[in-house]
Amino acid sequence: MPAEQTDSILVADGIRRTFGGLTAVDVDHLEIPRHKITALIGPNGAGKTTLFNLLTGFDEPDAGSWTFNGQDVSGKAAYKVARLGMVRTFQLTKVLSKLTVLENMRLGPTGQRGERFWSAPFQFLWRGQEDANTERARELLARFKLDAKEQDYAGSLSGGQRKLLEMARALMVEPEMVMLDEPMAGVNPALKQSLLGHVKSLREDGMTVLFVEHDMDMVRDISDHVIVMAQGKVIAQGTPADVMGDQRVIDAYLGEHHDTDITQERATEETS
Amino acid sequence: MDIITGTLSAAVSVQAAYFCLAAIGLNVQFGYAGLLNFGQAGFLAVGAYGFAVAVASFELPFFAAVAVGLGCTALLALLLGIPTLRLRADYLAIATIAAAEVIRLFFGATFREYFKGRDGVSGFTADFQSVNPFDSSVLGFRPGEFWVMVVGWTLVVLSSVFVWLLMRSPWGRIMKGIREDEDAVRSLGKNVYSYKMQALVLGGLIGALGGLVLALGQNSVQPDNFNADLTFIVYTMLILGGAARIFGPIFGAIVFWAALSFIGAVLTKLTRGDDPFIPSWLMTDNQVGSVRFMVVGLCLMALMIFRPQGVFGDRKEIALDAR
Amino acid sequence: MRLRAILLAGIVGILSVLLLGLPSQASDVGGDEADEGPTTVVSGTVRNASDENKPVEGVTITATPDATGEEVEATSDEDGEYEMEVPALGRTVIAIDVDSLPDDVSLAEGAPTELTPVLDVGRPSFTAIFRVGQSESTAIGTLDQLAQNVYNGLYFGIILALGALGLSMIFGTTGLTNFAHGEMVTFGAIMTYTFNVAVGMNIFLSGIIAIALSALFGYLQDRYFWRILRHRGTGLIAMMIVSIGLQFFLRNVFQFFTGGRTENYNDFTTPSGISAGPVTFSMRDVYCMIIAIVLLTVVAAALKFSRVGRAARAISDNPALAASTGINVDRVVTLVWTVGVALAGTCGIILGFSQSVKFDLGAQILLVMFAAITVGGLGSISGAIIGSIIVGVLVETSTLIIPSELKIAAAMFLLIVILLVRPQGLLGNKERIG
Repeated sequence: MPAEQTDSILVADGIRRTFGGLTAVDVDHLEIPRHKITALIGPNGAGKTTLFNLLTGFDEPDAGSWTFNGQDVSGKAAYKVARLGMVRTFQLTKVLSKLTVLENMRLGPTGQRGERFWSAPFQFLWRGQEDANTERARELLARFKLDAKEQDYAGSLSGGQRKLLEMARALMVEPEMVMLDEPMAGVNPALKQSLLGHVKSLREDGMTVLFVEHDMDMVRDISDHVIVMAQGKVIAQGTPADVMGDQRVIDAYLGEHHDTDITQERATEETS
Repeated sequence: MDIITGTLSAAVSVQAAYFCLAAIGLNVQFGYAGLLNFGQAGFLAVGAYGFAVAVASFELPFFAAVAVGLGCTALLALLLGIPTLRLRADYLAIATIAAAEVIRLFFGATFREYFKGRDGVSGFTADFQSVNPFDSSVLGFRPGEFWVMVVGWTLVVLSSVFVWLLMRSPWGRIMKGIREDEDAVRSLGKNVYSYKMQALVLGGLIGALGGLVLALGQNSVQPDNFNADLTFIVYTMLILGGAARIFGPIFGAIVFWAALSFIGAVLTKLTRGDDPFIPSWLMTDNQVGSVRFMVVGLCLMALMIFRPQGVFGDRKEIALDAR
Repeated sequence: MRLRAILLAGIVGILSVLLLGLPSQASDVGGDEADEGPTTVVSGTVRNASDENKPVEGVTITATPDATGEEVEATSDEDGEYEMEVPALGRTVIAIDVDSLPDDVSLAEGAPTELTPVLDVGRPSFTAIFRVGQSESTAIGTLDQLAQNVYNGLYFGIILALGALGLSMIFGTTGLTNFAHGEMVTFGAIMTYTFNVAVGMNIFLSGIIAIALSALFGYLQDRYFWRILRHRGTGLIAMMIVSIGLQFFLRNVFQFFTGGRTENYNDFTTPSGISAGPVTFSMRDVYCMIIAIVLLTVVAAALKFSRVGRAARAISDNPALAASTGINVDRVVTLVWTVGVALAGTCGIILGFSQSVKFDLGAQILLVMFAAITVGGLGSISGAIIGSIIVGVLVETSTLIIPSELKIAAAMFLLIVILLVRPQGLLGNKERIG
């Protein structure tokens, strides 16, 4: 059942990826609506992260094609995908722990003159641009409540702060679409709400958000659109309410890991 | 007394300058970008041979010959980098050491009319020495040697300044990022592969300058100057001084080379003569060379185990656990 | 713990002193010239390429350092070998006296009569090679030559497999790219030489002792060195650089005791050849191959079928998982080291027959071993063996097309190509390596 979206920022067809005989991803058709928050959910091992890696050029599919903003990006190198405005984060955060928080942020912007070999040795060529980037970095850090830590090494941050820094750093690239891989994983419950708030604020800024989550309850409140994957395939998509009531989705969740995950997560949410 | 002056002159010798350049180049690759290049000897060899053959066989003027040497090195870095930079760290190490070995064997066994086999190329410094401003010996160094030293140390200073300028820029920030986690850098839209290539070429070119200084200093180049041991000695120097530090390779190369010649001189003194201090059943002066290199091995092991950051470095910064 | 790590180096050194002390004293060449300063041992063997490489006796070789102009002279003995001690004073002209060659023998066409190496403290030995006699390769049919080279390659490959299998086993279980593995090969050859020539034991007994000592060396090395590093959490790259240091150290320890000399065992040095069609071989080499094949089969079978072998393979797949299933990882890894170094030592013992014993015997083939296990697939058992044979045959047959000095380059070239197009090796499974 193809979703009837009028304006899709990302459209994918026939993506397949196998690992030595095991099919990790087998997606016939997928669309991500523009200016919306889309959640990609499914039990562990459903192929969500693999799909993420494929879409962002970190892995190569066996077959399939997809377009971003109408432009064919299938099989493009990861850095080109990012430059086109599709920037991702990682499930295990990849902040550069040996750089300071501010240096992590400054790494984000594209088109820096100081990053070119021939102009890099001459500070006067890139000083101005660097200052402007620093100013923007500080604004973002303030928004993500990391401004007090700007001179700390990123390695000294807590798990939740790393998630925030990675998100803020992705914004430095000025993306049209932010792809967050399990932004809530390993974050303490108190911080989860504020993280969700930040995800919502991205939509208000006019960005498209796609995020991976394996817990259904987590996504209900904030997502406009939900895509459910199980065993490599998209088994349902639609509004959160539609999807939650879908028998196949319930089966997939119950079949894969009974009800432990759902209830546990619900319990923590009710107490917080 | 002559041991002390000998050690001091070793510290400022042509060899020390040439090791410095090799180590600065390696520092760009291994220290800053985290590339495990085990073929640095190959870059030095190509730089030195490119220059030497250009003068000896084709009678090119000095600067044209230097350009040939550096051009060949850059070409080698590209040829080697295009395929290997995608490999995992330890595979890259094996691929580069194998490439350096192919280069050495190639110089020793092919195109004998140009490379002169294992005897190597010689007699190509006339142009260079004709502009030697020194006409009498300086500080006990022969004028020809002193001239090479002046040029060598100037190159050391220039390349260090250049590396320092690069590493404090956003370019250097990307290198440090790549060393730690290249996927993170890639996800921010940086062409990691191109940056690794730039580091490989730059490091190779600085190394090639070292090869050039060596060639000028001994007025000959031979394939055996550039065996894998050279690369390993340079690694020892870099790690001693501290990788990813501007002064690390310079300090490491000077101190290590001076220490080696000090040990050599002391041992030679102790083993020489009719009644040597070290009895000849234990060691003769023929074995001094071996003992010196045993020290290299022990230093490398001990440094790596107890102080991988060397004298100046920061332990957290060194790419040792990456795969 | 740290102390013990440092001590190992000392132990190895002392072990070597005890075992090697004798041969270094057995030959005190030109003791009186040594007073002048550091010297280099210049040696070589004069063989006639146009007469089955038979040694040529009575050929005069001179060495003249540019610095003094004083000539040092040596004459080849009945085995064609000569040796002289030359002051290490920089550039030196080493020349063959063409007039001293027998009347029916001449230099190869275009071969130089002079070599001009730079001899200094860093170079305690120099092997001067003069090409005497026209190589026969043109006289023999290419096809016959090919058959002979393929045989030589098979022989070399099978012996190489002993070293490569050890290297691959250690890589598989610990992830260590061991650059000191070549020295494990040399160790076997030097130990055999020590017991056979210096002590005067029977060659078989010497070989068995050498294998036992190699095994012990492997055991001690892991038990008191590598294991400690692993427990300290030393990274794999750091360990790889440590192994480079160890390689440097051991190689120079070997050189300290043997000098730069090329030595032969007392027995079976020049076996008589047997011709079978186009191929000439010797019974010595056949026995060596049989021994190697038996050892390879036993070790491969043990890895496949025994409990310890299965444990080793489990560790190689996933060390953490293996440990959690109750496998004593440390004990298995130490056993792998013991067996791996014993195999390497055996490789060295056999290479000592065909290539003579020298301090860098193993270092010369280290990269060839890397090539072999890369071609076969890193960490794979059958891959190491098959890869060795492929590389061995390639190296030997390549000499039909390229100069024999470049035959190692052929292996290196194959190594690079394999890493580029199929980094998992010909037999390995495709996984993410890049």
